[in-house]
Amino acid sequence: MTTENITFTSTSGGTSTSATDEDATATDDPYAMGADAGTGTVYTVSGGDWDTISGAPEGEKERIVVNMGPQHPSTHGVLRLILELEGESVTEARCGIGYLHTGIEKNLEYRTWVQGVTFVTRMDYLAPFFNETAYCLGVEKLLGVTDEIPQRASDIRVLMMELNRISSHLVALATGGMELGALTAMTFGFRERELVLDIFEMVTGLRMNSAYVRPGGVAQDITDDQVRRIRETLPLLRKRLGDTAALLIDNAIWMGRTVNVGYLNLAGCMALGITGPVLRSTGLPHDLRKAQPYCGYETYDFDVITRDTADCYGRFLIRIDEMHESMKIVEQALDRLEGNPGPVMIGDPKIAWPAKLSIGSDGQGNSPEHIEHIMNESMEALIHHFKLVTEGFRVPVGQVYSAVESPRGELGVHIVSDGGTRPYRVHYREPSFTNLQATSVMCEGSMVSDVVAAVASIDPVMGGVDR
Amino acid sequence: MTDQAPDAAPPVSTAEAGVEVALGRTTAPQGELSIIGVREGAFGNSDSGDTSGFGGLVEPIVMPGPTPRPYGGWFDEVTDELELALQDANLPIATAIEKVVVDRGEITFFVRREHLLSVATAMRDEPALRFEICMGVSGVHYPHEADRELHAVYHLQSITHNRRIRLEVAVPDGDARIPSLVSVYPTNDWHERETYDFFGIVFEGHPHLTRILMPDDWPGHPQRKDYPLGGIPVEYKGAETPPPDLRREYS
Repeated sequence: MTTENITFTSTSGGTSTSATDEDATATDDPYAMGADAGTGTVYTVSGGDWDTISGAPEGEKERIVVNMGPQHPSTHGVLRLILELEGESVTEARCGIGYLHTGIEKNLEYRTWVQGVTFVTRMDYLAPFFNETAYCLGVEKLLGVTDEIPQRASDIRVLMMELNRISSHLVALATGGMELGALTAMTFGFRERELVLDIFEMVTGLRMNSAYVRPGGVAQDITDDQVRRIRETLPLLRKRLGDTAALLIDNAIWMGRTVNVGYLNLAGCMALGITGPVLRSTGLPHDLRKAQPYCGYETYDFDVITRDTADCYGRFLIRIDEMHESMKIVEQALDRLEGNPGPVMIGDPKIAWPAKLSIGSDGQGNSPEHIEHIMNESMEALIHHFKLVTEGFRVPVGQVYSAVESPRGELGVHIVSDGGTRPYRVHYREPSFTNLQATSVMCEGSMVSDVVAAVASIDPVMGGVDR
Repeated sequence: MTDQAPDAAPPVSTAEAGVEVALGRTTAPQGELSIIGVREGAFGNSDSGDTSGFGGLVEPIVMPGPTPRPYGGWFDEVTDELELALQDANLPIATAIEKVVVDRGEITFFVRREHLLSVATAMRDEPALRFEICMGVSGVHYPHEADRELHAVYHLQSITHNRRIRLEVAVPDGDARIPSLVSVYPTNDWHERETYDFFGIVFEGHPHLTRILMPDDWPGHPQRKDYPLGGIPVEYKGAETPPPDLRREYS
């Protein structure tokens, strides 16, 4: 039996059956039916020993196919790696994805443009502010109001995105460290991330999935007191970033696991569409914040970090340094926000969300002044509020592509509008999804243990991959 | 559903009325207009009567039409270089490109599918073009655009020149085949599988065009407009949970 006529099908069934085996369970298993592979024998494999399922293939060297994941502590989420092994060496590596698919893009077509933010923030759950900002920049471009976004709103977006970049890279180091056995890196990384998440909670009300960036601006202004408290957090964060880095940078074991592992050169990155730290580890200083600035990034002073080793260790160093660059941007954004009040939502009342939030004795809700206005003072304001919140605004017909530099690379959004109050089509070009294609190139020919290091250096977030 | 022409009204007459309205406003021949739908009434509701008095309003939904030269900026330079590059391959640009749309500062080349590979290869290899990285393909389903129901949209980026362009290929629903770009841009491997998975566009020449996010035995292509949201029973270990819209309500 040759490789070509073996087809693997669904693995979710409870029993192992063979198509040639007239076993009673074959008909009981609802998942064993319906597959039409066209050629060869179909096996439904869900564990067990290959020999007991098919008998040893004759005239062929022993091939071991290992399913690593989707439930595995070292695959960076619900990623299923299908590895073909020869001893300890990987001869073929394939990815099985889709376990976290939730149909967010489909759902967006049934919600208003503003409600879309609540969905997209849940895609790449480690970088919610990037998902939101990319979407909102696209909607604003479709509306033709890009130049009318208040400066303060853009500064807040930059502040939140850069804090988010730090928290995302911290998780990359933490989970990557854990997968390679450096558990202290994990505890350090998640502890430091908590500092950033506390800031998110203070500003937006939520640690994750904030739906804070909205078409036209941001949901809520940031107060001078909050700016001061973010400033107070930064020295501690900076010190602890140094601690985490010192733990690993010259660590002989860490270097042994990552140096010259997961190699991918510039030509490979271009062909496979790889962006982000993996691309910058080949020495190409490509960063959308510099190349095609948005939200006013051209006015900030920061460097694009590169390395030229094109391996896992280079990518790790890039993430460490990028966090320090993000700290620089955060400080500049705070300088601009402090004592510089202004609107944080577009002036056009046909687009801007009508209500303002405030904190009352019973939690966060619409501000009493706004409720007073629409309920007691102005019938027109009530109608306006009602129409804008329930029906939403219309967006002129057309399509745009907007992209931001997320922690994992180019996060692009293709948005199509049919002139209605809901998106006609939203497609996310997820860097995690695209970068994960490099797994086979990075892993084939290496050891099984290097697969873990390579996948960790790609840093895929399965929520973004599967959407 | 979005604000599409409702099925309750006679579909033919509505669509024709929309086309007539659209033609009345432009000099473009009917074939060049991409009408993706007809909106009736002022409020987009299709499930209940419109008592506002605007119920008779018929509004065609027309995507931005072809742009005449000059396009402005570097768009003309790219188009000229593409024309030269295609000439080297004995392919007149008018044969390969249906139309060029410049909208909101972005340029879109509508490519005829049989020439997609030539155009993409020229885009990648020509030094003056050098769109060396592809940002994948995204499908869009326009069920009301006759014989052009399914669109595949490719986003190309040139890091050398710091430019972005878009290629768009429109195919009829009954013959949804597009040559695969994996040989030119290997990154499109997964992106084309995703577009196949969600729209049913078959990318010919793809090394293994299988579903990628949905289960292998999933019936239908979920992102198409005729595929409902929800409505799918959840099957787990033989037991079946009805879809949300068929469950008992307790209100």
